[in-house]
Amino acid sequence: MTAVPSTHVSGTLEASLRAGRDAGRKLLVPYLTGGLDDEWLLVLEALAGAGADAIEVGIPFSDPMIDGAVIQESSLRALQRGITPEGVLADLSRVDVGVPLVVMTYYNLIYRAGHERIAGSMQQSGVRGAIIPDLPLEEVGSWAEAADDHDVATVLLVAPSTPDERIAAICERARGFVYAVGRMGVTGEQVVLADSAREVARRIKAHTDLPVCVGIGVSTPEQAAAVCEVADGVVVGSALVRRLLEGAGPEGAADFVGSLRVAMDAG
Amino acid sequence: MTTDTTSSGPIMGDPGPTGRFGDFGGRYVPEALVPACIELEEAFRGAWADSGFRTELDGILRNYGGRPTPVTVCGRLSDQLGVRVLLKREDLAHTGSHKLNNVVGQGLLARRMGKHKLIAETGAGQHGVATATAAALFGMECTVYMGEIDTRRQELNVFRMELLGATVVPVTSGSRTLKDAVNEAMRSWVASVADTHYCLGSVMGPHPYPWMVREFQRVIGDEAREQCRDLLDGGDPDVVVACAGGGSNAAGIFAGFADDTSSELVAVEAAGGAAVTTGIPGILHGMRSALIQDEEGQILEAESISAGLDYPGIGPEHAHLADLGRARYVAAGDEAVLEAFQLLARTEGILPALESSHALAWVVAASASGELPAGSSVLINLSGRGDKDVAQVRDILRGRA
Ligand SMILES: Cc1ncc(COP(=O)(O)O)c(C=O)c1O
Repeated sequence: MTAVPSTHVSGTLEASLRAGRDAGRKLLVPYLTGGLDDEWLLVLEALAGAGADAIEVGIPFSDPMIDGAVIQESSLRALQRGITPEGVLADLSRVDVGVPLVVMTYYNLIYRAGHERIAGSMQQSGVRGAIIPDLPLEEVGSWAEAADDHDVATVLLVAPSTPDERIAAICERARGFVYAVGRMGVTGEQVVLADSAREVARRIKAHTDLPVCVGIGVSTPEQAAAVCEVADGVVVGSALVRRLLEGAGPEGAADFVGSLRVAMDAG
Repeated sequence: MTTDTTSSGPIMGDPGPTGRFGDFGGRYVPEALVPACIELEEAFRGAWADSGFRTELDGILRNYGGRPTPVTVCGRLSDQLGVRVLLKREDLAHTGSHKLNNVVGQGLLARRMGKHKLIAETGAGQHGVATATAAALFGMECTVYMGEIDTRRQELNVFRMELLGATVVPVTSGSRTLKDAVNEAMRSWVASVADTHYCLGSVMGPHPYPWMVREFQRVIGDEAREQCRDLLDGGDPDVVVACAGGGSNAAGIFAGFADDTSSELVAVEAAGGAAVTTGIPGILHGMRSALIQDEEGQILEAESISAGLDYPGIGPEHAHLADLGRARYVAAGDEAVLEAFQLLARTEGILPALESSHALAWVVAASASGELPAGSSVLINLSGRGDKDVAQVRDILRGRA
C-alpha cells in the first residue's frame, strides 16, 4: 500500500451510503479486527477492492461482551500483538482505501481516552463513524455530541427485542446508518438466517430513511442476498474474520467479500 | 460522620430511573438487553412495594434460609485483639453464605415475570450454589457460568451445583475467572432473554441490579443494627467491616448503618483486586464504576487467593460511597488472609470463608496498629463459611510444610 496524506473519502458516512443506495446498490460492510496481524492494512485495501461500501474496523477490547468465539479470538490475537486504540487509528491514518471507515469498539476504551480526544483522533485518521455496542441510547449523549462535532457518525443499534417506540427514538439519534441486530445473540456465524434478521430491518425501515444494515448472524452470500431483499445492506464479521484467522490473507478475504458482492448484486 | 450530606435523599437510597449513584452506575448494555433491564426494573419496583411479595420473601428466608442469622460476640478473639469483635453470622444461612438472600429474592421475581430459567455467574461457587438452590426450590432450570480456573479451585462447589440439578459451564476465555464468567453469562443472556432471568450475584452490572441486589441484601444490615443495639446497650458498633468483591455483602450490611448510625464503614478488598483503592473509573459489565485497568482502558486481571474476590471491579454504589467518604476502602493481602482464616478457627471455632477472612484480616491489622483503638466495638460481616476453602488452604499450608 502507499502512504497517502489526508485525501480520505469526502463527505459524511450517511452521504456516502445514501449515494450508494440511490445508485441502486446494496451496501456491503465487512468487519475486520484492527491490528489482527502484520497484513491487516493490506486486507483492508483488499476488502475495498472487492466491493465493500464501507469497512468496519474493530478496536480490540479485553472484554468483548457482545462478541462470540471468533471475534474474541481475533481481539485476543490483536491485543497480544500489542495493538492499542491509538495504534489502530494511527495505522488507519496512513491508508486511503477509498471507502468510509467505521470503527467498532467498547465504551471503556472511548471513555478512558476521553470523548473529545478520541473523536478528534478518529477524525484525523479519516474515520467516518463509530459503533459502540455497549453504549445504548440512554447513555450515548455526551459521546454522541463530541462525535458530531468531529463528523464521526454515531451508528446506533436496534435489536429484535427493541419495542417500536424505542426504535423511533434510536433512529432519531442515529447517524450514518442504523445497525439492525439480526438475531438475539452475540456475533458468530449461523447456518440458517434467523427470521428476525429481515423482520427487524423491516420494522426499522418503517421509522427512518437512514440506510439500514443488518449485522450479527449474516454469514453467507445467500444470507446476505436474502437480507437485502428488505434491508439496504449487511455487515459481515465473523465469517470473514474466521477465514482470516485460518490464514486466508488479503486474497482470500477479497474472494469471500467478492462472493458476497456478487450475490447481493444479483439479488 | 457524613450522615448529613447536602443531597436531600438517603445516602443508600433509590438510584432513580437512570440507576445513578453519584457519578457511577448506569446501564451500559447492548441494545438487545435494554428492554429486559427495563422490564426487570419495573418488576422489582412493583414487587418491592408489594407487601405480599415482601411477606413471601421474608417467610422463605426465615423458614427455609434460617434467618435471622445471629450476631456472635467473640470472647477469646476480642481478648486477643483488644477490641470488641462481633460477627454477623451469614455463614449460618442456608447454603453457607449471604448469597441466599439475593437469589431467593431474584427467584421470586423471575417467577413473577414468568421466566422459568435462571442463569448465573459464579466465582467461589457460593453464588452458583445459591442460585442452583433457588432454582431447585422454585422448580426452575439453572445454568451457571464459572471460570475454568475457579472450577478447579472450587471443585466441590461444582459438584454441589450439579447435585442441585444445575448445569455448570466452565468458561475458558480471558483470565478464566469471575470477570470472564460474567462476560459469558451476559453473552448467553442475550440469546435467551425471552424466557431466562440473569440472576446476577452481586451489587454490580447494569441498573437495576446494583440497587436491587443491595435491597435484597439489606436484611443483613437491618437485622445486625438491631441485634447490636441489644448487645451494646442501645449503642451502635464503632466500626462495621465487610469484605468486598462485587460488594454485595458489604452493601447489605452497610445499608443498615449508612443512614441510621454514625458507625464507621470499612470495606476490605483483595489486594490483588482492589478496585476502589487502586482502580480508576471505567465501564464494564453494564456499569460505570472503579475498575482495575491499564492506560488504554483494557481491563486487568485481578489476582487473589479467594475466587469470590478475584474481580477487577466493584459495584457502583461502593465507588460512590468512597467518593462521599461515607465508607472507607482498604485492602488485605493473601498472607494476612490465610493467617486470619486460621486465627478465627482456633480462637472461636469458626471456619470463615477466605472472602470473609479479608474483613477479619483488616481488623487484626488495624487493632495491632492502633488504627482501631483498644476497646472499640467492631462488627464484622462473616459473609460465608470456610468449608469450601478447606481443601485449597490445606494444599497451600502443606505445600509449605
Ligand atoms: C462468602 C463470600 N463472601 C463474599 C463474596 C464476595 O461477593 P460480594 O462482594 O458480592 O459480597 C463471595 C463471593 O463469592 C462469597 O462467597
